[in-house]
Amino acid sequence: MSFISYLINGISLGSVYAIIALGYTMVYGIAKMLNFAHGDVIMIGGYVVLIAVSGFGLSPVLAVVLSMVICTLLGMGIEKVAYKPLRNATSPLAVLITAIGVSYFLQNIALIFFGAEAKTFPDIIKLPALKLAGGELTITGTTIVTIITSVVIVVALSLFVNKSKPGKAMKAVSEDRGAAQLMGINVNATISLTFAIGSGLAAIAGVLLCAAYPSLTPYTGAMPGIKAFTAAVFGGIGSIPGAMIGGILLGVIEILGKAYISSQVADAIVFSVLIIVLLVKPTGLFGKNIQEKV
Amino acid sequence: MKRAKRIFSLLVVFVLLMTGVVACGNKNGASEKGKEDTFKIGSIGPVTGAAAVYGAAVKNGAQLAVDEINADGGINGKQIEYKFEDDVNDAEKAVNAYNTLKDWGMQMLMGTVTSTPCIAVQSEALNDNMFLLTPSGTAIKCIEGANAFRLCFSDPAQGTKSAEYIGEHQIGKKIAIIYDSSDAYSKGIYENFTKEAKNQGLEVVSAEAFTEDNNKDFKVQLQKAKDADADVLFLPIYYTEASLILKQADDMEFAPAIFGCDGLDGLLTLEGFDKSLAEGVMLLTPFAANAEDEATQNFVTAFKDANDGQVPIQFAADAYDAIYAIKLAAENGEITPEMNASDICDKLADSMTKIELPGLTGDTKWEKDGEPNKEPKAVVVENGEYKMM
Amino acid sequence: MKKMKKFQLNKNKKNNFLTYGMIIVVYIIMQTLLSTGNVSSLLGGLLVPLCMYAIAAVSLNLVVGFSGELSLGQAGFMCVGAYSSALFSNLVGDAMPAGIRFFCAIIIGALVAGIFGILIGIPVLRLKGDYLAIVTLAFGEIIKNLINVVTLGKDKAGLHLSFTSSAGLNMDDSGEVIIDGALGITGTPRDANFTIGVILLLITVAVVLNLVHSRSGRAITAIRDNRIAAESIGLNITKYKLMAFAISTTLAGMAGVLYAHNLSSLTVKIFNYNTSILILVFVVLGGIGNIRGSIIAAVVLTALPELLRELSTYRMLIYAILLIAMMLFNWAPAAINFRERVAAKIKAKKKNQKEAA
Repeated sequence: MSFISYLINGISLGSVYAIIALGYTMVYGIAKMLNFAHGDVIMIGGYVVLIAVSGFGLSPVLAVVLSMVICTLLGMGIEKVAYKPLRNATSPLAVLITAIGVSYFLQNIALIFFGAEAKTFPDIIKLPALKLAGGELTITGTTIVTIITSVVIVVALSLFVNKSKPGKAMKAVSEDRGAAQLMGINVNATISLTFAIGSGLAAIAGVLLCAAYPSLTPYTGAMPGIKAFTAAVFGGIGSIPGAMIGGILLGVIEILGKAYISSQVADAIVFSVLIIVLLVKPTGLFGKNIQEKV
Repeated sequence: MKRAKRIFSLLVVFVLLMTGVVACGNKNGASEKGKEDTFKIGSIGPVTGAAAVYGAAVKNGAQLAVDEINADGGINGKQIEYKFEDDVNDAEKAVNAYNTLKDWGMQMLMGTVTSTPCIAVQSEALNDNMFLLTPSGTAIKCIEGANAFRLCFSDPAQGTKSAEYIGEHQIGKKIAIIYDSSDAYSKGIYENFTKEAKNQGLEVVSAEAFTEDNNKDFKVQLQKAKDADADVLFLPIYYTEASLILKQADDMEFAPAIFGCDGLDGLLTLEGFDKSLAEGVMLLTPFAANAEDEATQNFVTAFKDANDGQVPIQFAADAYDAIYAIKLAAENGEITPEMNASDICDKLADSMTKIELPGLTGDTKWEKDGEPNKEPKAVVVENGEYKMM
Repeated sequence: MKKMKKFQLNKNKKNNFLTYGMIIVVYIIMQTLLSTGNVSSLLGGLLVPLCMYAIAAVSLNLVVGFSGELSLGQAGFMCVGAYSSALFSNLVGDAMPAGIRFFCAIIIGALVAGIFGILIGIPVLRLKGDYLAIVTLAFGEIIKNLINVVTLGKDKAGLHLSFTSSAGLNMDDSGEVIIDGALGITGTPRDANFTIGVILLLITVAVVLNLVHSRSGRAITAIRDNRIAAESIGLNITKYKLMAFAISTTLAGMAGVLYAHNLSSLTVKIFNYNTSILILVFVVLGGIGNIRGSIIAAVVLTALPELLRELSTYRMLIYAILLIAMMLFNWAPAAINFRERVAAKIKAKKKNQKEAA
């Protein structure tokens, strides 16, 4: 019985990773950059909801919408100021380093505005827990909402990318930026849209992360960000279903590793599995193997 | 050519920086020899980074004490200047902070806040014979030198006393522990607790760790404790993680007796925290913000006034006491601001063992080895308030 | 054609000379200031860390700049170097004179880190780009996580190792815990000083520059520029990549030795992915493939937060803004154009003035 409860625990943790990983994977697929600041946008999203609900008494739904709007604007702003000028830089590393700068910036701005003390996130998901097997297994409301939300987002995103016009434009830009431009696609607008969606997702991820683990500090986003990035790579970075599967697998491995091997080295286990997977399948589970051209 | 220009631009910044540093050095070097009319107390701790909350508490607590003392006429009639430097909870940055304070003309150090940086700074301070009083560095090695003292309990003291308390008051027999294996404080208490638990006839049925990179999800650790039928959950950790553990235990409907150390103080004042989750939590702490004695009440009110209504945690009380301990020792040793840091250190180290501080964290005397001698208070949370046990 | 080549060579030599010269001149200036007591305690204390970060940056530049691979695990290798050398120094204690002990410690730290580099490099270097980055990052985190649980002690009977607690070591009364889990290694002899730091930095620069300008170095850059073409002319890709990687990790291990012997407390906390990223920031800001730039960037970015201390809680915010601004100024095509235009204008002005005169 404890195995099943560990498994549920892993899936719930994994679905949080999955939603964060989606943001990484979207941006990576189109802009070809690791947006190191993604985890910190999540943190900002969390604070917006916290202040809207606890400070202004907004209803949770309104607060989440507000948080999405703010994060979307923030993401687009960051892209415009810090990333866009470097789009044609001679090395792709330049924008990576700037993203790190943005990450420091967001953490420290949060530190100044909200202080270093942890704040407890309000209980906004008021769904009763699901009890199975005569009360032996409990699945909290938050877990259910998290899993459902991540599935909905993956489906919606996949539909959007494959069916809608702007989605197809994104796909085109990610395959071949130059050719897309020649075909009349506005590359700048497309990349901007990607950041907007990615950051909107970050807001949702922030809410779910904080609802599941209700303690918010300016550094809340950093480690889940790195783990989710790992999850995105695990699933094959750039692939939307890959991010989902990667996130959930990562969560399950982490929890099972903690439960059955050692709670002290849970992270070492997760990262070792990642290395092994990448050695066997160098582009992740769902990554496309791009043939090099001569 | 492009490269050359880039290098040039960096080089210009570099030269500017370096002249800045050297110039500053000169200025301070000169002023150190000049006439001094104030005591300079330096302090080091994290005010940025993940441990920032502890550094900020110490900074504000100490500032309050300094303001009070200054308003009251200072130490031996001389005012105190207090300066706090950030170390991001990193040993290397702490040594930089220490050197910055030395350049400023620091005569005594009230710090550092956390253990690992404290060990590094302690060795520097020992070389310089600088007086050091750490408010909250709990590792044994923080105060190895004769120059170094500690205000809080050490890790072994807390671990041992917790086990004794649980044993003597028969709170439970089967103990589960969740500790932070990446944190010296938590691991130190855990190790000493398990040692003493044997003597007390307690059985540690599960001891699970987490790390600073993995401090959100505790359901596995809780499940193991639950499966092992633990009746007491011992949490030698800080309150931020504890708040998550309490929530998750509640979700799992696991309700053992919960016992913690001074790191748990702060739980009740955590913004937005559902206090009913903490009902019945016991902790061994020298300070409780809800204590009813006058000194604590005054301190809490003054602290709130000075810091936008924030309730002080134990670190702030430690720092407050530490400044008053320095004041007492300074008065006892009759030090004056013109004395250099080394002479002050000798005098203070001598007087520290002679003073008795009626502190917020208990009446404290010091041993020659720098350890404080005071009684821990055990409190229990009842109706969202601390109650003495 | 021959003339061209000679010119090229001279340019390289001149460039290298500038790098060595810069380090030596700064060293002489600092030593003079130190001996006349004109250096603030802060700067005095910063000297060894500056050397260490410069070494780390130069070593990473070999991988990022010349081998064209993105590694985010440099801190992990520094960690290995730091721990192995600190362990050695603590075990030996006073049985060896300090100078010889530190010399051996440097060799041991560098070698162990190098061996780890080879062991990690063999399987991992098959991966490309961001995948290599994440695997090296993962390696750094694994090392950090594993060392964190190690407790190691020494008593009359020999060494004792435990993965649970110091009580698990079962030592007799003469026992002494050397590696104490999260508390790490405390009390390592502080053998590092500025002179040794500079010597190690010079060695690092010499190793990297010589490698880069050697036959192997040209093979390494050829693989970076066009892997398939390099393969087709018969270059052994794995061998050259591994060579660059292993040398880089060896040098990073040396930086770790400096760290361990400069502070009396050594914990794994500092060797996390943030430090790896910070070193990458030095490399990119200083110019990818530019050794001198790496050193300067490492020095500037390490000293910067210290000089911003007056700003207290705002300092890391200002640091972040400066970092973004410097990156944009150094790398954005628009900024580069702008700089070139300004430079051209100044040149034209000068020329005009000359002509007028």
